[in-house]
Amino acid sequence: MTTLRSTWRMLTMNKVGFLGLLGVLFFVLMSFVGPYIVPLDTQTKVDKIYQPPSREFWLGTDSEGRDIFSQIVHGGKEVLMVAFLAGIMSTGIAVTLGALSALAGGWIDAAIMGLADIVLTIPHFPLLAVLAGLIKLENYVLLAFILAVLAWPSLARAIRAQVLSLRERDFVEAARALDLGTRHIILREILPNMISYIVINLIFAMTSAIYAQVGLVFLGLVPFSGKNWGVMLSLAWTRGAIFYKNSLWYIMSPVAAIALFQLSLVSLTRLLEEIFNPRLRTTV
Amino acid sequence: MTTTSLTRPKQRTLVPMYWIMRLARNYLLRRILIAFAKIVIVVTITFFIVRLMPSNPVETYIAELMDQYGYSYEEARDEASALFNLDLEQPLWEQYIQYMKNLAQGDLGTSYRSRGTKVSDLIAKFLPWTLFSVGTALLISFTLGILLGMIMAYKRGSILDHGLTSIASIVSAIPNYLIAMMILVFLGVQWKLFPITKMRGAYSPGMKPGFTLAFIKDIFFHATLPIITYVLTTVGSWMLAMKSSTISTLGEDYVTVAEARGLPERRIITSYVGRNASLPLITQLAISIGFVVGGSTLIEFIFVYQGIGQLLLNSINARDYPVMQGVFLIITIAVILANFLADFVYGWLDPRIRTQ
Repeated sequence: MTTLRSTWRMLTMNKVGFLGLLGVLFFVLMSFVGPYIVPLDTQTKVDKIYQPPSREFWLGTDSEGRDIFSQIVHGGKEVLMVAFLAGIMSTGIAVTLGALSALAGGWIDAAIMGLADIVLTIPHFPLLAVLAGLIKLENYVLLAFILAVLAWPSLARAIRAQVLSLRERDFVEAARALDLGTRHIILREILPNMISYIVINLIFAMTSAIYAQVGLVFLGLVPFSGKNWGVMLSLAWTRGAIFYKNSLWYIMSPVAAIALFQLSLVSLTRLLEEIFNPRLRTTV
Repeated sequence: MTTTSLTRPKQRTLVPMYWIMRLARNYLLRRILIAFAKIVIVVTITFFIVRLMPSNPVETYIAELMDQYGYSYEEARDEASALFNLDLEQPLWEQYIQYMKNLAQGDLGTSYRSRGTKVSDLIAKFLPWTLFSVGTALLISFTLGILLGMIMAYKRGSILDHGLTSIASIVSAIPNYLIAMMILVFLGVQWKLFPITKMRGAYSPGMKPGFTLAFIKDIFFHATLPIITYVLTTVGSWMLAMKSSTISTLGEDYVTVAEARGLPERRIITSYVGRNASLPLITQLAISIGFVVGGSTLIEFIFVYQGIGQLLLNSINARDYPVMQGVFLIITIAVILANFLADFVYGWLDPRIRTQ
């Protein structure tokens, strides 16, 4: 009971962060459970084009009279999956390469940091636009991988710096003196000290993955596949939904979904910062 | 860092080894060489990526002729192959060597699509508008961010501070193209505050470019919405960075000393706190110039603004390799130059790191 209460207190100590957590949970539930409850409306209804929100159509209807709310519910899964996969992969690459760079030193260090430097120099969005034409990015695992390959360098640099400084600390020295082995030192002594940094970066990597992914789909550079907030945005745009009063809901629904999810993620980082860093906590 | 390269050696020796060692140790020269090497590597990578793309300019052109003008496939193919002097048949590495040779002479090649148009001419036509809109926006957002950030730091904990902090984190969390779209939809269409169709392009048709008041007014009119978007999406991070930088500067001893000496408040705020707190942000400013040039693609697409991002998109859709490559090269050079600039500006502004 006490652990439950203290967990609750920990989660609610930062109000903005707690709202962010609720937002993220809401979008995850809506995108992964929602499709089983709300069926996707694919039926063209000529007499119901651009209807305002009503009890039947919560967010109104699109240019073919289909329910927008059902499209929002079904369109989140892919966006969230790409964001999550890209975040995990880029963080994985960054932690591995950053730690390797710091621990190996020498030419391996120089090579990895040189590579990071070059990846940082290449303008990402233009490169992605070009790559989107090169590879059919219908496969979202591949898209996530490409996003990850471009996103790792800054975190890798930070990890390298952290490992370099942490391994000189007394507690690592002590572990080494006790002969606890490299594995123990990395997993038990060094990694826990970087975990907050890593998790927060994971979330920021997710936000930039969403930026790039939706942007690419919006520009029409990624072949349309299925339902996805970016596809909705692009369709609404090409069908001229911005120019009429009635079509406002059609274009603004995906805009709001993406913007709110991004905001929730960014707010969540504040909560995580406080949870991981006891010194920042306002209450005990 | 700059001073070491500027001081002349006291005794000049003619031993070549001495000069080679001096050059190797020369910071400026080393930075230039590294920057140059980076450009070569990025150009090489993009050359191959661009050419490995599925479909090619001839095919896209054939498809377009068939789609839009109702040509049969044979007619379209004849027409298209006459247009391009098919160097696509050459092996890739020969094309690469040729490209690098031309590049070394400052020749970026000619566009496949608009026959005879030099890539450098296209870039010269589109780039100024991106630099103009992005540059103006950066200046506005930087100045605004510094001012608001300082106010937030001085009034920290107040309602004003909380309000501004929330606004700053909200606008910097939302992707810039969504903000652009909201501006377009609400300010342009729903509330009709801006005549968006008239604002397309970089300047009105029939306007004569020149240093006239009418023209300058016109280009600002056309750049208004992109500038508002860039300012809104970047000002938040400047505000937050300036706030934290100011707060840490306020704790410095020299500020306390200045206060103890009874210097006027105004002077302390501007020359003691403001100047020192903005130092780290100026480096950021230089770096962000490079990145905003690359990030303008989506904004220019939404507002139909004739900048480098628009040129890139057009060339991607037409598979116009030389143009794509040229634009990419320019953006990369912008990023590298910006980084380069950042280092030297910082060294120049902050004497503490110069002695190293």
